[in-house]
Amino acid sequence: MEERKGRFGVHGGQYIPETLMNAVIELEKAYNHYKDDPEFNRELTELFNDYAGRPSRLYYAGKMTADLGGAKIYLKREDLNHTGSHKINNVLGQALLAKKMGKTRLIAETGAGQHGVATATAAALLGMECVVFMGKEDTERQALNVYRMRLLGSTVIPVTSGTATLKDAVSEAMREWTNRIDDTHYCLGSVMGPHPFPTIVRDFQSVISKEIKEQILEKEGKLPDAVVACVGGGSNAIGAFCHFIEDKDVRLIGCEAAGRGIDTFETAATINTGKLGIFHGMKSYFCQDEYGQIAPVYSISAGLDYPGIGPEHAWLHDTGRAEYVAITDDEAVNAFEYLSRTEGIIPAIESAHAIAEVMKLAPTMDKDQIIVVNISGRGDKDCAAIARYRGENIHE
Amino acid sequence: MSKIKSAFENKKAFIPFITCGDPSLDMTKKLVKAMAENGADLIELGIPFSDPTAEGPVIQTASLRALTAGTTTDKIFDMVREIRKEVSVPMVFMTYANVVYSYGIEKFVKTAAEIGMDGLILPDVPFEEKEEFAPTCRQYGLDFISLIAPTSNDRIAMIAKKAEGFVYCVSSLGVTGVRTNITTDVGAMVEQVKKVNPTIPCAIGFGISTPEQAGNMAKYADGVIVGSAIVRRIGEFGDKAEIPVAQYVSEMKNALK
Repeated sequence: MEERKGRFGVHGGQYIPETLMNAVIELEKAYNHYKDDPEFNRELTELFNDYAGRPSRLYYAGKMTADLGGAKIYLKREDLNHTGSHKINNVLGQALLAKKMGKTRLIAETGAGQHGVATATAAALLGMECVVFMGKEDTERQALNVYRMRLLGSTVIPVTSGTATLKDAVSEAMREWTNRIDDTHYCLGSVMGPHPFPTIVRDFQSVISKEIKEQILEKEGKLPDAVVACVGGGSNAIGAFCHFIEDKDVRLIGCEAAGRGIDTFETAATINTGKLGIFHGMKSYFCQDEYGQIAPVYSISAGLDYPGIGPEHAWLHDTGRAEYVAITDDEAVNAFEYLSRTEGIIPAIESAHAIAEVMKLAPTMDKDQIIVVNISGRGDKDCAAIARYRGENIHE
Repeated sequence: MSKIKSAFENKKAFIPFITCGDPSLDMTKKLVKAMAENGADLIELGIPFSDPTAEGPVIQTASLRALTAGTTTDKIFDMVREIRKEVSVPMVFMTYANVVYSYGIEKFVKTAAEIGMDGLILPDVPFEEKEEFAPTCRQYGLDFISLIAPTSNDRIAMIAKKAEGFVYCVSSLGVTGVRTNITTDVGAMVEQVKKVNPTIPCAIGFGISTPEQAGNMAKYADGVIVGSAIVRRIGEFGDKAEIPVAQYVSEMKNALK
């Protein structure tokens, strides 16, 4: 359905400085070559399975199902992957590709720190240099992940420009890429940025829905009625949706971060509050003011605290194929605690946004219906912040 | 011939850049007048953007100062209307795609042309995306300026062939900002442009701050663009920047004679 190269409907494109154009063209050529290369795919599968621990489990959340009293709930356990989130899928793919392209250095942006940790991990494994840009505010919210990255041999650069969060980390990583291209690959962490990134990242993350499909057919003999995932840039969601897009009976539900509510300025719900624009290399929906100035967004979750959304999601929204709902901080924190107590699984605060939606949705559905929710990451990193949210002053 | 091309006629053009509204639109008006009187052949007016990904710290900070002061696209249009009563030197807007797109491409370009602007530079719109903006610019008589970079290589011919106004030759990798050394072979870049488009002027920007650098670069090109070095002075002198900026522009222009 891509009408022009790298387009999803009107979204996508390559809105980047001329300095980077040959770099993305080179990346696209390399990707098109290696994506069908049996040796590349063999190496990647080996890394996925033996190193990252794939396939991740599809777990039937029996207690949660009984408690909510509606649809059967399955959890896709991306939190069990090595490094603790879905981010490793994309990073192993891109790092391997970069290595094949002769690059020796990876740069990355990170919000919650999960993508940064995954990139630092792949860099350590493949013997590459790694520099991670992280908003200064996020380095404080996610201090443990900063230490993990340093432990893995990476350099973490706190970004102080703008709002000192994820969008500024992306801007700074882009600036660094224009400065040093020859030996450096920008390992973008979500399905965003200029073409070919939204496509490459989706393809590497699509392993999630490929596995869900096989696993649910084996367990239930039918497809789920709904797939639910949280959306910042949207990589775990697109990974969970990808192989179901053509299955029109499967509802696809993305959960945006509403922060303190979509009727406040302290929100990061792009589809619900943003409008069409051009930023960070792509055309998509962005939170912005009437003059196109990008809005300072807010969410309790550093990983969803981004003013834009990947172009394929924007297109899935336009066509009505996927629904995008907004979940507040309060709802997410409740869900974070609920899943911990009910199933003994502490989800990332990002993933808790998807759980919150399931808590609303499941009771409205029949007992023979099925919801699969993607637990994109584990919540150890969030415990101190959630405790503080509840008024307990603990520090890591 | 477009007004922009005429800025390069029989001389090496000096092209200063300032961010509109830094520190105030009143000051921008005074600075434009001072620069025009002291030898600027073409002036780049930056419309501040919240997240200027092609800029170094100096212009990032200036954009923030301007936005904090309440600068908007409409207020900048009003200011240009005022300036045009006194200043006739060619002027181009430099901003980011979203500023133009969110305003409405046609509404933006039409207004810019009406108030007397001569061109538009969008550093985040490469050749592959320019058709979204360039035809509208052509329709209203604005030159849509193309950039080439040290990494452009085989893309230069393609870009130069369709270039309008002038070609903005980016001298260095990375973002805007002062550099002590410029190592790119800019002469070769300009040569590649002229091979396919002999009449298009080439101006070199990114990193240039001293009269010596300007004089050197002018050996290879038709003009020199200076942004951060001026914006830094505005940051330093604020409301009293008029004289230091005028003096600097005059020095730089002399180095090109």
